[in-house]
Amino acid sequence: MATALAKAAEGAASTEHAARIEHVSKSFAGPAGQQLVLDDITLDVAPGEFVTLLGASGCGKSTLLNLVAGLDKPTAGSITTDGRPALMFQEHALFPWLTAGKNIELALRLRGVPKSERRGRTEELLELVRLQGSYGKRVHELSGGMRQRVAMARALAQDSQLLLMDEPFAALDAITRDVLHDELTRIWAETGLSVLFVTHNVREAVRLAQRVVLLSSRPGRVAREWRVEIPQPRRIEDAPVAELSLEITEVLRGEIRRHGQH
Amino acid sequence: MASTETTDTTAKATAGDAPGLSGLEAGLDALESSATGRATFRQTFVGKILPPVLAAVVVVVIWQALITFKVVDDPTKLPSPGDVWGEVEDAWLQGKLLGYIWTSVSRGLLGFLLALAIGTPLGLVVARVKVVRAAIGPILSGLQSLPSVAWVPPAVIWLGLNNSMMYAVILLGAVPSIANGLVSGIDQVPPLFLRAGRTMGATGLKGTWHIVMPAALPGYLAGLKQGWAFSWRSLMAAEIIASSPDLGIGLGALLENGRNASSMAMVFEAVLLILFVGIAIDLLIFSPLERWVLRSRGLFVKG
Repeated sequence: MATALAKAAEGAASTEHAARIEHVSKSFAGPAGQQLVLDDITLDVAPGEFVTLLGASGCGKSTLLNLVAGLDKPTAGSITTDGRPALMFQEHALFPWLTAGKNIELALRLRGVPKSERRGRTEELLELVRLQGSYGKRVHELSGGMRQRVAMARALAQDSQLLLMDEPFAALDAITRDVLHDELTRIWAETGLSVLFVTHNVREAVRLAQRVVLLSSRPGRVAREWRVEIPQPRRIEDAPVAELSLEITEVLRGEIRRHGQH
Repeated sequence: MASTETTDTTAKATAGDAPGLSGLEAGLDALESSATGRATFRQTFVGKILPPVLAAVVVVVIWQALITFKVVDDPTKLPSPGDVWGEVEDAWLQGKLLGYIWTSVSRGLLGFLLALAIGTPLGLVVARVKVVRAAIGPILSGLQSLPSVAWVPPAVIWLGLNNSMMYAVILLGAVPSIANGLVSGIDQVPPLFLRAGRTMGATGLKGTWHIVMPAALPGYLAGLKQGWAFSWRSLMAAEIIASSPDLGIGLGALLENGRNASSMAMVFEAVLLILFVGIAIDLLIFSPLERWVLRSRGLFVKG
């Protein structure tokens, strides 16, 4: 009763949100009939909020992100976002036939930015991800970290209020990933974007987020949520980060263990 | 110069929330990106130009040796390299050589451009529209394995001994190759690019123009190259069969004339010229195009 009231109040208060996921379920046709991947997910992302979605394999995190991005439709429930969200993938997904700068310009062009403004805006975005001077670089000439930063700039070029990130740093080496965490935090603070960030790395989730949402697996449900009150800038080695990570990892392991019991 | 740059970046870094981050990042960037230089002319010459030239010289030497040591002692079967060169020289001095080549090459290129204009939209539609693909996809790939020379007799009956018949044969040979090349190019476009394009709003025609076509370019180019080879071959067959004075003398007609005149030197001249044009078009048009596309995508393997 009390929770229902609280939810209603919350719903009334936050008419403004970057993304609202309401009772979303998704099933796919599998070899054993319909397979439920996401079960009744309800989740809001407030404007300017940084939320990480955490879960083991098979929790449907990427599926959920695809739904929010509008690349797929939910079986049940509804998703509302303010405009089309930008999406970043684990692979940089930059187009190899274009230079770094032209990749960003393409996003601007598809959004309808007039030609005269594109170059200037692109240079600004490159500067934001600290790649000034890389406009004419070919994708294959860039390192993994640089590619993801160009991909980030391209996502930002979409000028969306919501940035979806699907394990964008999972394929990077630890040193580069660390640096990109700092970059992402900085850019998030500078731009005031809302971010929904999917990962299976608990420390990464805690390092970045204001709120960590843990999904259970098969089907994916919201298992628990944590508010992360540790002030930024954080480091992945910080004691409070490690402490909370440990706590979340215990719950995550409990979730995973349930699957081995039958 | 360098020091001002450093102070500049550190100033920026302290503005961010992690001091020294940009310097760290610049270091990582420098460590991880590799500079690729291009080969010098000398390297290209020794590695790429010299070997085929040497191979050609060896062939000519063996050819000459066959005649000098009387292994083959019948000029109607094997003319000497000198005789063949004499034919080429005569044609040059009479001002006919470039005419022969141009008659065939202009036909070939014009036919190829037509095939390009038809094969490209055809390939796009086959690749993107499921029903069309199911309907004509198999026929299109079947046609590719049909030797285009087979089209010469029907084309002569339909259109007569004229230029349109030659173009028809070229088109029937090249269009399936070009369309199929594009189809396989599009099939190999990584789905990730399509997803990335869709999140950026590149759907429908915009998606085709900005994402699908450029992503399919390597496969498309391979199709073009094969399409050209097919055009050239079928054109030669058509010229041999449809040689009439008002069509002008192309390389195929030259070959046929040589046969009629029982001049083996002229036959060899024609064969070598046909070969020469085929190689020249590949070296001048397709190879540079292919190299440029692959190099710009970082796919070029130095070999």
